Parts: sequence; C-alpha cells; structure tokens
Amino acid sequence: MRKFIKYSFVDLIQSYWTILYFIFFLVVTSAILYFSADMTKSIVSMMNIVLVLIPLVSIVFGAIYYYNSREFTELLLAQPVRRRSLILGQYTGLALSLSLSFSAGIAIPFILKGIFVSEHLMDFLLILLAGIGLSFSMTAIAYATALKHENKILGFGISLFIWFFLAVLYDGLILLLLIVFKDYPTDSMAIVLTFLNPIDLSRVMIMLGLDIAALMGYTGALFLKFFGSATGIIITLFSVFCWIVVPALLMVRIAKKKDF
Amino acid sequence: MIEINGLNKFYGNHHVLKDINLDIGEPGIYAILGPNGSGKSTLLKCIIGLVNPRQGGIKVDEVSVSDTHVYRKKISYLPQIARFPDNLRVYELIRLIKDIRNEDADETDLVRLFHMEGEMRKRLRNLSGGTRQKVNMILGFLFDTPYMILDEPTVSLDPVSLTKFRKLISEKKEQGKIIIYTTHIMNLVEELSDQIILLLEGRIIFKGGLAEIYSESGTSSLENAIALMVEKNGK
Repeated sequence: MRKFIKYSFVDLIQSYWTILYFIFFLVVTSAILYFSADMTKSIVSMMNIVLVLIPLVSIVFGAIYYYNSREFTELLLAQPVRRRSLILGQYTGLALSLSLSFSAGIAIPFILKGIFVSEHLMDFLLILLAGIGLSFSMTAIAYATALKHENKILGFGISLFIWFFLAVLYDGLILLLLIVFKDYPTDSMAIVLTFLNPIDLSRVMIMLGLDIAALMGYTGALFLKFFGSATGIIITLFSVFCWIVVPALLMVRIAKKKDF
Repeated sequence: MIEINGLNKFYGNHHVLKDINLDIGEPGIYAILGPNGSGKSTLLKCIIGLVNPRQGGIKVDEVSVSDTHVYRKKISYLPQIARFPDNLRVYELIRLIKDIRNEDADETDLVRLFHMEGEMRKRLRNLSGGTRQKVNMILGFLFDTPYMILDEPTVSLDPVSLTKFRKLISEKKEQGKIIIYTTHIMNLVEELSDQIILLLEGRIIFKGGLAEIYSESGTSSLENAIALMVEKNGK
C-alpha cells in the first residue's frame, strides 16, 4: 500500500490544482487575519470557509481523480497487487495531498501571526484537524461513489448531491424536524442527527473548542450540555474518524466486487 | 497452462461471455478475434483478474485466479487504452511499475528499439497518443514472464513501430512464451498467429490453426474466412 500512497501523492503534489488549492488557502487565510484584529472572529470565519469548501473540493477532486486515473488503475491492477492495497493507497495519497495543501495554506499565515504563543492555539489546531478529517472523509465518499458508478456524469452528480445534502440541505432538514416535533423532547434526536453528518460534527467540534455559547447554535449547545467541552471534542473527533473509516471500508468492498 | 472452465459473465442483463471452455498450454501466439462487442477484452480481463466471472473458473498454472493476486507475476499485460498519470515522467512511470511488481528489468533495449531515448524525461501528459502507446508497449514487453496478454496492441502504432512489434512478438514466441492478443489487423494474424480463437456474441465459434480455418471455410483469405464463419453462425 505504501508504494501506491507514494505514487499518487507524488503525482498529485505536482498537479496545478493542488498548488492552486494551497495558494487559495494561503491568500484567504492571510486576508482574514490581516483584516480582522479579533482572533476569535478570524477563526470563526476560517471555520465557515473550511466547513463548506473542503467538503466540496474533496468531493469534486476525489471524483475527478478516480475517473481520470481509471485506465491507469486498470494497468496497476493487472500487476501482482491486491485490489485493497491499490485502492486504499490511491485514496490515501489523494486525501494526504489535499490535507497537506490545506494545512500548509492555513498554517503559514497563522504561524506568522504568532499562533503558537497565542491562547487560540487549541482553536487553530481544531480547525486544522476538522479540515484534515473532512478531506479524508469526503474524499472517501467521493471515491466510493465513483467506484460504484462507471458513468462519470452519474457518479459526479451523486457526489455533488451528497455534498449539497450534507453542507446545505441537512441543517434545514434538522430545523424542520425540530419545528415539526416541537411538542416532544427533541434533544437526543438532534444529537443523533448531528452524528450522521461529518460537516455538522466538525462544526460542533470547533465550536466546543472556541467555547462561545452564543455562536454555537442549538446542536452545539446540546453537545456542551450533554458531554461538556472536552468530552464533546473527543466524542466528535472520534465520530469524524468513523466518517473516514466507514466510507473507506465501503470503498474497499465496492472495489473488490467491481469489474474494471 | 491457462484453463478456462464454463466461464460465464454478465454485465447487468447482458450475457457477455457464454460458457467459455478453453485450454491454452502450448507455447505460441494465440489471436482472439471477433466483431466489436463479442467479448474479446472481457475474456482477457477475466484471465488477468480485472473482471470477476459470474460462473466458472480460470486457472493459471493450477492456481485459481480468484484466490490470489500472486499469479499475475507470471503475466505481462498490455491494456487497450494507454493513459498514465499526467504529472509523472516516462522514466518515473517505468520505475514505478518495476517497484510495484517488485521486479527489476532493463528497459534500455526496448527504449532504443522504439526510439524513445529523447522522450524519457518528458511528462506523460505532453506525449502524443502514438508515443503513449509506445510507452505502453515498453511496459508490456519489459518483464520476462511466461504469459503475455495484449489487448489490441497495434492501435495507434505507426508502421515503423508495428514492424518492431512484429519482431518483439516473434522473439517472445521463440523464447517459448504463451502470447494471447486481440487485433483487427488480419494480415498480422496471418503472419504471426499459431492458433485462432474466434468469438461471436460471447461464444467461441472456432478454435484452431490457420490451415483449419481455411479448409473449414473453403477460402484462402483470413478476412473472408472469418466473415463467412460469422455469417454462418448467425450474424
């Protein structure tokens, strides 16, 4: 597997898109830090960008990468290698290169701003973790979807819809459910629903770190009430990790049965 | 020895390979022929393990292909479409495949044969279709394996490279390898092949040597012989 991680990572790190992705985060983070004197506000702005953009880019990039390397994957699978190692290796290389572009892009401006000696170090690290977690999770979802659907347009469409559902529709649906069931106790339902969306989980995780009740929204406040800040962060972190492992296992299962 | 027993493959409801039984044991060149969509590539892909059969089994040297990936060490494969990672350079790609196979090989002669010395440091995205096919060819012939599976190796090759391909494949035959390939170029088949396997709608309708196909169809041109057989079998 290590060989496949290495090759896809080396291939991707030289790609224009990965470099562009790095420059984008570098410029946006620098701009946000430059224009705002309040570090908490900067971190909240960064959080909003990370939560929307990373899932979108990971989904799009994951699907494009799979479909573009389709024929080469075939050539590699004709070598004496395990399907599992190849697919997991390609995926890990892809998610690593996206994570590295993002991490370097946001870390450089924050480090220059003196984040290591700031009280906000923990918040920054949580954003970094959330971004990396989302990169791995959403790339796995995109890869599994692309493997399942040979038809590029269909695979791409489904991937984009998953992003749209998780990033945009989901919160609206939660709100709707809460209104419909407003006469019943809805706390546990809201918590369960948050676990079912990696983007919401990441948001709650960062907010618990920021410790700003006013910004937390309903689910954030619930997590704080149920688990407290530290346990809440650990639980959300673990759940984001599950959102990486489960799609990755699914991806391997689909790959094993697939006809290339 | 490649043994195929009762192989059936469906893509959705489409029955692509129908009860294929085939033993390939004698060294030599085997041409798999048939109209577009007759299942040639699928058959090759089943042997190499890219496609999972619905029914039936394939064994390579007594080892079932569905049980392990190790048997592929004995097979060189040349895919129909040559597309490689955009950002890698040619020499990096060759190094990568050697690394993945855990096998060392010397590509110098092949690189010289296809006049690729000047292209080795170029990125693969900058190569033309024909040059990429030459890279494909180098990778296909790089390793010393007892079996070679070539899926339409002659596509987009220029006449000079085609001559080189003929030379390479004849050399491999002399070395006692089993070479299985598909093509639509009939004079290549007439010149090179020891055995012909003719597929029609997923069924083997003929297997034998050139002399047999001529006598069975009553003509001395392979193209005509195949056309007659395909028509006789209902298409």
